[in-house]
Amino acid sequence: MTLRAASTFLYRRPYWYLALLLVPPLLWFGTVYLGSLFALLAQSFYAIDEFTAQVVRQPTLATYKQLVTQPANVDIVLRTLTMAIAVTIACALIALPIAMYMARYARGRMKAFFYVGVMLPMWTSYLVKVYAWRLLLAKEGIIAWVLGKLGLMGLLDAALEAPGIGGPSLSSSYIGMFIVFVYMWLPFMILPMAAALERVPGSLLQASADLGARPGQTFRNVVLPLAIPGIAAGSVFTFSLTLGDYIIPSVVGAPGYFIGMMVYVQQGTAGNIPLAAAFSVVPIVLIFIYLSIAKRFGAFDAL
Amino acid sequence: MTAAIEFRGVSRVFGDVRAVDDVSFVIEPGEFFAMLGPSGSGKTSCLRLVAGFDSPDRGQVLLDGQDVSSVPPYDRNVNTVFQDYALFPHMTVLENIAYGPRVRGVDAPTRRQRAREMLDLVQLGAQGERRPAQLSGGQRQRVALARALINHPKVLLLDEPLGALDLKLREEMQIELKGLQRRLGITFVYVTHDQGEALSMADRVAVFNKGKIEQLAAPRALYTRPDTAFVARFVGSANVADGALAQAISGSGQPFAIRAENIAVQAEGAGAPAGNINAAGTVVAVQYHGAASRWQVKLDAGEVWSALVTEDESPSLNGLSVGTRVKLSWPREAAVNLLS
Repeated sequence: MTLRAASTFLYRRPYWYLALLLVPPLLWFGTVYLGSLFALLAQSFYAIDEFTAQVVRQPTLATYKQLVTQPANVDIVLRTLTMAIAVTIACALIALPIAMYMARYARGRMKAFFYVGVMLPMWTSYLVKVYAWRLLLAKEGIIAWVLGKLGLMGLLDAALEAPGIGGPSLSSSYIGMFIVFVYMWLPFMILPMAAALERVPGSLLQASADLGARPGQTFRNVVLPLAIPGIAAGSVFTFSLTLGDYIIPSVVGAPGYFIGMMVYVQQGTAGNIPLAAAFSVVPIVLIFIYLSIAKRFGAFDAL
Repeated sequence: MTAAIEFRGVSRVFGDVRAVDDVSFVIEPGEFFAMLGPSGSGKTSCLRLVAGFDSPDRGQVLLDGQDVSSVPPYDRNVNTVFQDYALFPHMTVLENIAYGPRVRGVDAPTRRQRAREMLDLVQLGAQGERRPAQLSGGQRQRVALARALINHPKVLLLDEPLGALDLKLREEMQIELKGLQRRLGITFVYVTHDQGEALSMADRVAVFNKGKIEQLAAPRALYTRPDTAFVARFVGSANVADGALAQAISGSGQPFAIRAENIAVQAEGAGAPAGNINAAGTVVAVQYHGAASRWQVKLDAGEVWSALVTEDESPSLNGLSVGTRVKLSWPREAAVNLLS
């Protein structure tokens, strides 16, 4: 009876109803997500006292100055940014045909197989996969072994001799790190892209062919522009995940630091919370820049 | 003269459904040809075979005398107005219309000029820079039409093009489409499930049922002389007497159809003109439609038939209403014999 009265009360007052449903999740989201983010932002405007290694709670831009003026820090940002861009482009190129097949051609069991297949790797421990890749990419690993058996060792050696991205083996080079990043984030590109392509009505493709467009023209003029919101969404994932990751760069690849590793080191062993905070603001800023460029190029016009 | 479109024993099977079942027909150049039928009757499948979105499992589809069964849509001189219009959401109205010339390599100024002409043809001159999402249903329909006509196709295929419009707009567009077809002189193939639309616009109508053509005839012939019970019911909303019912009413087993407007409703005891055929029954419903009323009468033989009573005749039916016994009466020559 009281339940019925409560239902009637809420039914007559939609705003109470809305507030009841929305306030708890908003409180959670507001304090835990946005609150901690702003706490982080605030931290980055403090600086550390050089002598006592204590955080001085005085607003200052000294930490940011340290971030942008020390060449080592700038190198870390550029290195991470380059990797994120390369990984995003590679993921987009590999994901497009797969997403296209999943969304437009696969039916029934085949479709289910592809969706499960794309998501399956995400259900496995992230650390296990990274360490597995280190073994796969090692000098004595299976990739080098297969290439050796195929007589393609020269190809691998040539790649590893490339300046800047090479190294003694795949597992200790930026090429290897790149491969692992692409592997890790590929599902995050495929799924939004497939979702965008699923929403394109088949009649649009028929209309394009009907008007005289060959398959290649239909792809360029109709499919690709309509897939762009999906590519943009996917690239935000691959881009931001690469910018923030610290495990892959510390397990696989060359010794150079990445942003994520810097955050980890600065707030842990170095105890420089303000600099760690300033480093973690960098990906946020880069993503904002990335999104505004994407918007300028009309990536979200079809939404 | 070569036929614009010819089907020669065409079949298309999906699983165990015969969507198109050994269909043959010819469409003349410049004809307004309607394919009429309920959903799933095979009319849209036939349209897709003409457009090239699908190919026949058996038989041949000829365009202008050429077998095009294996020619892809982009190499056919045929354009389509889609049921959902299929306008490209990321392009403006002008870009949508100019799409055909664009993919065929026409330079930008020429195709823009041609797109503007098409826009004027469909009376949307001022809407060129808008996106499809900003247009009303009727305007989108016109854009789809302009886009399909810009390539100067020999055949225009229209797949239920007016289905999404409201009644008044639909009637306006019917007149406009018919006028456009006369002016341009191209062949229109018009798919619809609305018999009124098919009858009012087409030169000839093919009535589809279960993957086959039941009857192919001019609208008047289709309405006044249906071949089969299906056509009589679907096109003329006629009352059909099959073998047993015909036997009970007229004493012969010849099936026949009688249209509602040819049936008079009378009080049970009233005298009917000599030579009329009569059937007794009970009124189950009377629907007032303005110019006429539709009387639903359950015949003693079991079937429910309908009779159309004009306003002039109505006063003579005072005292008759739902539940009363009546007599349906019609002149012998108004009944149309059907193929059994």
